[in-house]
Amino acid sequence: MNNPGIQKSPTATGLSALRWPSPWIAAATVTALLVMTPILSVLGYLFHPGSGTWQHLADTVLGDYIRNSLLLMAGVAIGAGSIGITTAWLTSMYHFPGRRFFIWALLLPLAFPAYILAYTYTGMLEPAGPVQSWIRSAFELGYGEYWFPEIRSIGGAMVMLSLVLYPYVYLLARAAFLEQSVCALEVSRTLGCGPWRSFFSIALPLARPAIVVGLSLALMETLADFGTVDYFGISTFTTGIFRTWYGLYDEVAAAQLAALLMLFVFSLILLERWSRRQARFHHTTNRYQALPEQRLGRFNAWLAITACLLPLLFGFLLPVAQLILWAIQTWEQMVDASFYTLAANSFTLAGIAAVAALFTALLLGYGRRLQPTRWLRGLVQIAGMGYAIPGMVIAIGVLIPFGWLDNALDSWMRNQFGISIGLLFSGTLFILLFAYLVRFLTVSLQTVEAGLGKIKPSMDEAAWSMGRSKLDTVRRVHLPLMRGSLLTALLIVFVDVLKELPATLVLRPFNFNTLAVRTYELASDERLADASSAALTIVLVGIIPVILLSMTIAHSRPGHAKPA
Amino acid sequence: MQNQLEVTDLSIQLGGKTIVHGVSLALQSGELACLVGPSGCGKTTLLRTIAGFEQPATGVVRLHGKKVAEAYNSAPPENRGIGMVFQDLALFPHLTVAGNIAFGMHGQPRTAINRRIDELLELVGMSTLRDCYPHQLSGGQQQRIALIRAMAPRPALLLLDEPFSSQDMERREQLVQEVRTILNKDGITAMLVTHDQHEAFAFADSIGVMNEGQLLQWDSAFDLYHRPRSRFVAGFIGQGVLINAQVLDKQTLQTELGEIYGELSQQLPPGSKVELLIRPDDIIHDDQSPIYARVAARLFRGASHLYTLELNNGTRVLCLAPSHHNHQTGEQIGIRLSLAHLVIFPC
Repeated sequence: MNNPGIQKSPTATGLSALRWPSPWIAAATVTALLVMTPILSVLGYLFHPGSGTWQHLADTVLGDYIRNSLLLMAGVAIGAGSIGITTAWLTSMYHFPGRRFFIWALLLPLAFPAYILAYTYTGMLEPAGPVQSWIRSAFELGYGEYWFPEIRSIGGAMVMLSLVLYPYVYLLARAAFLEQSVCALEVSRTLGCGPWRSFFSIALPLARPAIVVGLSLALMETLADFGTVDYFGISTFTTGIFRTWYGLYDEVAAAQLAALLMLFVFSLILLERWSRRQARFHHTTNRYQALPEQRLGRFNAWLAITACLLPLLFGFLLPVAQLILWAIQTWEQMVDASFYTLAANSFTLAGIAAVAALFTALLLGYGRRLQPTRWLRGLVQIAGMGYAIPGMVIAIGVLIPFGWLDNALDSWMRNQFGISIGLLFSGTLFILLFAYLVRFLTVSLQTVEAGLGKIKPSMDEAAWSMGRSKLDTVRRVHLPLMRGSLLTALLIVFVDVLKELPATLVLRPFNFNTLAVRTYELASDERLADASSAALTIVLVGIIPVILLSMTIAHSRPGHAKPA
Repeated sequence: MQNQLEVTDLSIQLGGKTIVHGVSLALQSGELACLVGPSGCGKTTLLRTIAGFEQPATGVVRLHGKKVAEAYNSAPPENRGIGMVFQDLALFPHLTVAGNIAFGMHGQPRTAINRRIDELLELVGMSTLRDCYPHQLSGGQQQRIALIRAMAPRPALLLLDEPFSSQDMERREQLVQEVRTILNKDGITAMLVTHDQHEAFAFADSIGVMNEGQLLQWDSAFDLYHRPRSRFVAGFIGQGVLINAQVLDKQTLQTELGEIYGELSQQLPPGSKVELLIRPDDIIHDDQSPIYARVAARLFRGASHLYTLELNNGTRVLCLAPSHHNHQTGEQIGIRLSLAHLVIFPC
């Protein structure tokens, strides 16, 4: 034969280093460390000698913070747990009219930030609101002549949080139920256990690790909540931090409260990690089999429909209807040039944060893929923890180091050049964006890593062996394969930033407002109806990732009918 | 003639461990070679170093006379002009069959690319599947696409990293022979890595047996089977047993099966204790023979029977007998040795 034509002959100068440049790894390391700074600087205050304020707090309100936080967690665990498990079980095991609709619709309350739900219900249930007005006119009663539950209470907060957080439990419990071997359940039936006993003695214990994961996610959100408890006047850690910072101007005490709250969060993280490990052992089979959905009789079917409809109704349909009603009544006054400015501010901020988070996630994800050392793996894991940390804590954790940096820079400039540059970072959009990055990097990191995981290392090597450069490989193989994941990462961070309240409230520049903060301000002034346009915008945009999520689930569940 | 691939004294270290020790080998243009060995023997690492995914610690790799790698200094894989077929095939799921094949031919005129795609698809008989996506193809079809994708840019050398291991045994040998035919038609120089010797026999002109990072023997399939140079190769390639023997003179061994004459694989002084390799086909079932052995176990293989025979002193040997020689376990049958070349290893 002839000598095969060599496409690109290796040249003497072609003898170059094969490995990706290590500046890449250095950049990933620096980024990971930067993202960790707020968490570390707050944790550092655990070892800080307490100020006088701290002693005062410890003597007076700290007990309340701890008790209320624990009570709230208990209430949400029971509320979100029972709703989530019941709806997950019904939709995965039984066949009843509307089941396919409920499978995805039950996720809709995720679109509601808890504080918006709280404002909406307060407006609906207050004495002058539609519900009490109707009661008075229907029963010809005067105000105060009948008993009516007070929504602005810790019980009310439990209900609000449970209604928006149960989808976490629902999602994970449903996935666990679907993964269970049908055989295990059938064996239990042949051994003489009825459906109820099979559920409690087989299905529930097998799904327990997944349920605990869902619950710990819901409880992390509960600890992070600021808007609801602030509006309901419940003293918890987040409101306490806010008050100590802005009321007492004591940054040490605020940071110490934040550090204490972090300890609560960390125990939840440990619980979650541990449960995820357990879940692997509880995985009974890799064979997916369509669950034989049992048809329910007429009466039971109605029960099941009711059980699925109630959380959807109270967690989404009713409050959305109320918001729409209010928006129709008030939009003429509320939707004006300043509203568009608000929306533009929010969307710009969310857009920039989403892009920044995506690029950071790509940097870390690629760093970890190219150099899977223990060091980088650990760093990336810690950098991806932000989502568990309450926005209020991150706000404090961002303010403290940047405040220190600002002061140091300023005094250095004054000493060296005799000019004062003022505070460079504090009170700028930059530190707000940085806080968003710290908090929401988790989301984009997970999505990017999932996307990268789908690209086998051999695909890179195949591309290289066919004469493609590394950049070319990224452009022609990675990008097309990851496009979906990248868009998802952008979208989810975008919506999360749009909904974020406490960090925005604390870190926003003077005179800079967003939809979330404006909603909070109007609600605080008891202008609940006026807040509806901004609130409705947030909720409607929030529906997009929920739809995406339900589509992902529909496609990722092997051996099971796709929900319509 | 210049060697297409020349590997000289190549050692490779990974994570501080030496995986490959001083391997040298050469492939001529159009030659089909195979590296075979148990898993973990370093064969895949050697292949990946030739491809450019790993770097050698010592030694030189030359492709078509040009040095592409020496100690910790190597050309990146994209500059080597090699093709590689991966164990998991690594087809790009977002590209069609044609897109996958064209991937390595960038920079060529569109018409030339299309002509080559058509030519290769015709070669493997898949012309109608040009616009399919990988997930629409069967396993065997995916394999062929992965193969012609690597062949498309006419690489100086094609490397195949156990690409058949996901196929079931029956399909495998047929597929390997198909691939061999395709490569021969296109005049490609190729090296396959596998742990399956039958795959190696079906594929290669020359085969290297590797163990623990060393290339033990580089030979034709026939010589590996009949003239193994080490106990490992004798045991790894084909079936067989080693029986005790003693050297009587330059051409004679004393064994439990009597005196045997033949050409000794190595010369040892008379009286030396050695072990003699006996293949199942070296023992002929012969009812006239004075030597008897008891059937200890039997395996029906369709065209033949593989008997495990026990000699009087307890030594067990294998015997391949035609299928119609049907003997029961425990029966005594007559055997004789038929050996021309005596493979011996000193004790």
